[in-house]
Amino acid sequence: MLTAAEIEDGLEDAMSSQANRVIDIDNLSLTFETNDGPVHALSDIDLKIEEGDFVSFIGPSGCGKTTLLRVIADLEQPTAGSITVNGVSPEQARINRAYGYVFQAAALYPWRTIAKNVALPLEIMGLSREEQQQRIQKNMELVNLAGFENKYPWQLSGGMQQRASIARALAVEPDLLLMDEPFGALDEIVRDHLNEQLLQLWAKTNKTVVFVTHSIPEAVFLSTKIVVLCPRPGRIYDVIESDLPRDRNLDIRETPEFLKIAHRVREGLKAGHSYED
Amino acid sequence: MPALLAWFVVAMVVVGLFSTAFKPDIGILEAPQLALCLVLLAILGVRYELGFMRNWIGDLALGVVAALAASLLISAAGRHEGDAALGFWALTAATWAAFWLFVERLAIWKSRSLLTTRIVNLAIPAIFGITLLILWELIVTGAGVPKVLLPAPSEIWLRMTTSVPTLWADFQQTFLKAVLVGFALGCGAGFLIAILVDRVPFLRRGLLPIGNLVSALPIIGVAPIMVMWFGFDWPSKAAVVIIMTFFPMLVNTVSGLAASDAMQRDLMRTYASNYWQTLFKLRLPMAMPFIFNALKINSTLALIGAIVAEFFGTPIVGMGFRISTEVGRMNVDMVWAEIAVAALAGSLFYGLVALLERAVTFWHPSIRG
Ligand SMILES: Nc1ncnc2c1ncn2[C@@H]1O[C@H](COP(=O)(O)OP(=O)(O)O)[C@@H](O)[C@H]1O
Ligand SMILES: [Mg+2]
Repeated sequence: MLTAAEIEDGLEDAMSSQANRVIDIDNLSLTFETNDGPVHALSDIDLKIEEGDFVSFIGPSGCGKTTLLRVIADLEQPTAGSITVNGVSPEQARINRAYGYVFQAAALYPWRTIAKNVALPLEIMGLSREEQQQRIQKNMELVNLAGFENKYPWQLSGGMQQRASIARALAVEPDLLLMDEPFGALDEIVRDHLNEQLLQLWAKTNKTVVFVTHSIPEAVFLSTKIVVLCPRPGRIYDVIESDLPRDRNLDIRETPEFLKIAHRVREGLKAGHSYED
Repeated sequence: MPALLAWFVVAMVVVGLFSTAFKPDIGILEAPQLALCLVLLAILGVRYELGFMRNWIGDLALGVVAALAASLLISAAGRHEGDAALGFWALTAATWAAFWLFVERLAIWKSRSLLTTRIVNLAIPAIFGITLLILWELIVTGAGVPKVLLPAPSEIWLRMTTSVPTLWADFQQTFLKAVLVGFALGCGAGFLIAILVDRVPFLRRGLLPIGNLVSALPIIGVAPIMVMWFGFDWPSKAAVVIIMTFFPMLVNTVSGLAASDAMQRDLMRTYASNYWQTLFKLRLPMAMPFIFNALKINSTLALIGAIVAEFFGTPIVGMGFRISTEVGRMNVDMVWAEIAVAALAGSLFYGLVALLERAVTFWHPSIRG
């Protein structure tokens, strides 16, 4: 149930900003209580993400990137502050199946074929067989895995497995895609290739993407907005709006505009780090 | 190693041919077929070293001649029971070494093709088992070991073929009724309670220790009580089997249900999957290797439990009943016949469960190879 105050707050938000706000985070903090005392994973996070944005979280490991993404996905509960996803609580958004989440590892089920893995969320959603079949085919093609439907995950390379896990997230047909270092474990060449594919996909479908990485070129290449986080306590150090054209290919990495943004990210990371020393 | 074995065969054959085979003074040359066979065996044994017939025909011939020699030796021993002398033991050693050599040669044929690998993989343990039986037969008849101590395999086999109706009745009573029913109920109950325990955390703290306690109960204490509760017939034995199989299944399933990792569970959460969907699509498949582990353990426990339980009161049928009464009457070959049936049934049961495991958990790293 929404209280009157919350509704008012929501209306105000809707009026003060564009109507297409996907994620709205206010003053959010999260402290883990551990045996070694509290860990301030997130502190005072303020962040707005609009529809169609490609947002990257970048920062050294342990700065709370994963935790922030998990809060958005309702896999972690904030200890203070507020957050809405599509205008509702993260829990409601999760129940509405508003997002697809791609984990750091492919997390495919080894007893299911690739097609059956992609079908997993569709079975849970209770879609009809024809609908499942149609979405499997479409998304397998989208990630260039057509022809591998009947293979088992352990028969595919790491890059193919990760693509399958992306197809699985896409099959839900969410408007919001949350990705936690999806290409972190892959080698540079495969990663470049997948980055390009991901960008094409995003341009084609106008999805909102939130993408965690610790690679500066990856963040700059993909994003319309780069959020630089720094650790202890995890907080936002800088938010960079990229003015690179939406339609880009890998060559853009040599341009001065690209290098300028990359430089600013690097400076942010450095400053955020030295803060504590 | 093969060279050493080959020359060992030759040496033993020579010793066997020229010394006394049976007391008081019978040489093996008095059985010309056997003597010829052994000479052939020696020649086939060293043919690699002498450099001829280095192919699969030679290997196969070695196996055939070794089998022939073994059977002739067995029948010779049967005619001179308990009179074996040095020559006979040398020839026994020669036959054993020849079989070993045959297996060594067979192993080389592995990985030529998928089919030969399959055949060889099946043949090697079979030959090993047969060799053991042959040695058992030769030693027991040659040395004249009293039947009460250890009957020869041929005697056990004879007893088995002449007591088929009794053995079948006992098998039905003990295996088809007590073991299978007890196994199904014990494993089924363990599985269901495990799911309950997993769902209701306070039960875990309450039920697991009690289950542990029950599994620690000695079977010789439980069996008479079950007989008092459920009567002399097979239900009381099934009850013992239930008690024995319940706990391994409970514990294994509980750990199996916890085997999915956090990321896999989070994945299901992002799909807003409900409890039952997560159970059937993630947690039970993950638990399958654990569950099959319990099934395999229980397949042997169940048989032991049912047989031992019959020692504490039973109608006049059943494998355990037969063993206990025939031991009392010194009919040891019948005891061994029952043991053979139990071993066969137990291995088949285990093998069936293992086969099912391969089909269900084909994806597990330990199986997909
Ligand atoms: N479940 C948890 N319990 C306790 N501490 C946690 C937990 N998850 C994360 N942390 C801590 O929170 C901090 C941020 O972690 P994380 O979000 O995983 O960082 P990143 O993804 O940027 O590497 C780290 O110090 C980590 O140790
Ligand atoms: Mg992380």
